Amino acid sequence: MTGMPAPEPSRGWSADSLPWLLAGLMGVSTLALVAGPGWSSLPARVLLLLGFIALAAHLLRGKGRQFFNGPVAYLAAGSLLLLVVLALFASEIAPQNPYDLRQLDIMDGRLPPGSTTFDGAMTYRLGTDEQGRDILSGILYGLRVSLSVAIVATLVAMAIGIVVGIYAAWAGGRTEAILMRLVDLQLSFPSILVALMLMAAFGRGLDKVVIALIIVQWAYYARTVRGTALSEARKEYIDAARGLGLPVRRIIFRHLLPNCIPPLLVISTVQIANTIVLESSLSFLGVGVPITRPSLGLLIANGYDYMLSGQYWMSMYPGVALLAIVASINLVGDRLRDTLNPRLRR
Amino acid sequence: MLVYLLRRIAQSVFVALAMMVIVFFGIYMIGNPVDILISPDATPREIEETMARFGFDQPIHIQFFTFVGNALQGDLGRSFVHGESAVTLILHYMPATLELAALGLFFSILIGVPLGVYAGYKSDRWQGRAIMTGSIFGFSLPNFWVGMLLILIFAVELRWLPSTGRGDTVEVLGIRLSIFSENGLQYMILPALTLALYKASLVTRLARAGTQEALVQDYVKFARAKGVSETRILFVHVLKNIMIPIVTVLGLELGSMIAFAVVTETVFAWPGMGKLLIDSILTLDRPVIVAYLMMTVLIFIVINLVVDIVYTILDPRVRLTGGST
Repeated sequence: MTGMPAPEPSRGWSADSLPWLLAGLMGVSTLALVAGPGWSSLPARVLLLLGFIALAAHLLRGKGRQFFNGPVAYLAAGSLLLLVVLALFASEIAPQNPYDLRQLDIMDGRLPPGSTTFDGAMTYRLGTDEQGRDILSGILYGLRVSLSVAIVATLVAMAIGIVVGIYAAWAGGRTEAILMRLVDLQLSFPSILVALMLMAAFGRGLDKVVIALIIVQWAYYARTVRGTALSEARKEYIDAARGLGLPVRRIIFRHLLPNCIPPLLVISTVQIANTIVLESSLSFLGVGVPITRPSLGLLIANGYDYMLSGQYWMSMYPGVALLAIVASINLVGDRLRDTLNPRLRR
Repeated sequence: MLVYLLRRIAQSVFVALAMMVIVFFGIYMIGNPVDILISPDATPREIEETMARFGFDQPIHIQFFTFVGNALQGDLGRSFVHGESAVTLILHYMPATLELAALGLFFSILIGVPLGVYAGYKSDRWQGRAIMTGSIFGFSLPNFWVGMLLILIFAVELRWLPSTGRGDTVEVLGIRLSIFSENGLQYMILPALTLALYKASLVTRLARAGTQEALVQDYVKFARAKGVSETRILFVHVLKNIMIPIVTVLGLELGSMIAFAVVTETVFAWPGMGKLLIDSILTLDRPVIVAYLMMTVLIFIVINLVVDIVYTILDPRVRLTGGST
């Protein structure tokens, strides 16, 4: 290979490899955490949090002032960080482990917020559900389920979308036509309908929800990546890399790919919120996560039967948590888009 | 043109067939419906008889060909639970969903257009920005959450409107509709509002973009020069010009309204085809699930086909590239 560095735009690969490494680490540790036993490992969770903060700091390097343009941005970023911390360290923060049946007392069922346990040892700040579970603890654990399902599904879907999109753009011709027709076909149906179809076929389960959410989303990324890749491939730095005689693999992975991903990260932020909403809708309908690992949507569904009789807290507080996480991700995503990608501004 | 049209229709037929295969094999992989049809203490003989009656004793590919043959004749099987033809069952539930979707579309225009026009007019001021931030919430809030909140406020606390179910219906041309009776309409308001919220945010954004573009046009300057009041400019001159794209987009979104109705109908216990689908999924009533999915897929394919054809007529460039996107 020639010793001359390939002419690339400002984002050089070497300087940028750290955040991708971090993103990869985060993906892997999230997967490990979702798989189950990893949740008990405190270092894994601390690493995940640090990765999350490092990635955010990297994305916003030199643009902090532009991002934090008003109180809404501070509020959204702050509450997002708070909710992520709460979800990650739910087992340390929550007053009760809602999965541990020994800690539950059926006599404490459906207590209003502020009630205390029979022996006065603990206060149910947000009340209890029909099985005597502390709603606050349920929310913290539910937040963890909702967030991890959405993040894993989004990351995997993004990875598949990147592979398919780049492949389609590079292959061209019939391959591209077939792949893109498939993408068109899937995107012509609303995601909730596709997800419902899949869950009807799969049955409920944590892994099944994740798979369904991946299938629902990949096409969206594939289309975006193909578009970006096609427009990037026409640029001069790709011509220059070709002119240098670099192998195709190197051009794709070192030159094309790093320049296709930044706009994707912005999209995927908002997409995580959409995935949370979709998952909670599925769980609310009773075809999502299993009863043993309730997400926010399932918690809302569980309390919904009691809402009409005035026992609002069982649905209302998980609902508020869902609103908070979805709204803060969306507001942060909106700010990110304006800061990093003015072109995409709606 | 004719060649394009034929090719496009052939594509749609192919998609319909492909979906049929996917839906059939997808749905028939789940659970054993015999378990829910027969009491646990049934004799093996009874079980065999039931299996034979529903054709479950046949190999799956035979079941599939029987299914396709019947489907082409408009027969998608009988519901295990209701004992009725699945298609008849869905057609029976369909009017409730369609009238809900129609009222939802109406609400989304009623809410979205004024907000969007105002946000476009005040796009640099705090009012405009507040409306746009609000529309993010409209986009991102889960449908069932909004429905729940509306029930809590308007049904449980204020007791202004009924919470769940469907009220009185009036028979119009042999179809039972509640939109024409006062009591029925009361039951429709909350679910229709819930269904409308997402589309209302979409309309708000479209109307804002349209208004911003229209306000710098010459005809607005001319109207201002003539001394026409700002309100009249906005709601007569500008509105006429931005409504066409909005109505087009909403027409396209009718299909997704039907899909989103699944969630809304479950929240409000509205007896439409979405509620029927969820109940059927929970009771493993395969023929109804298959029939619902096939009919919805058909609706979407027809909508997409019509849209493509209309676009082809309006914009010849689409024909040249041969794709629909």
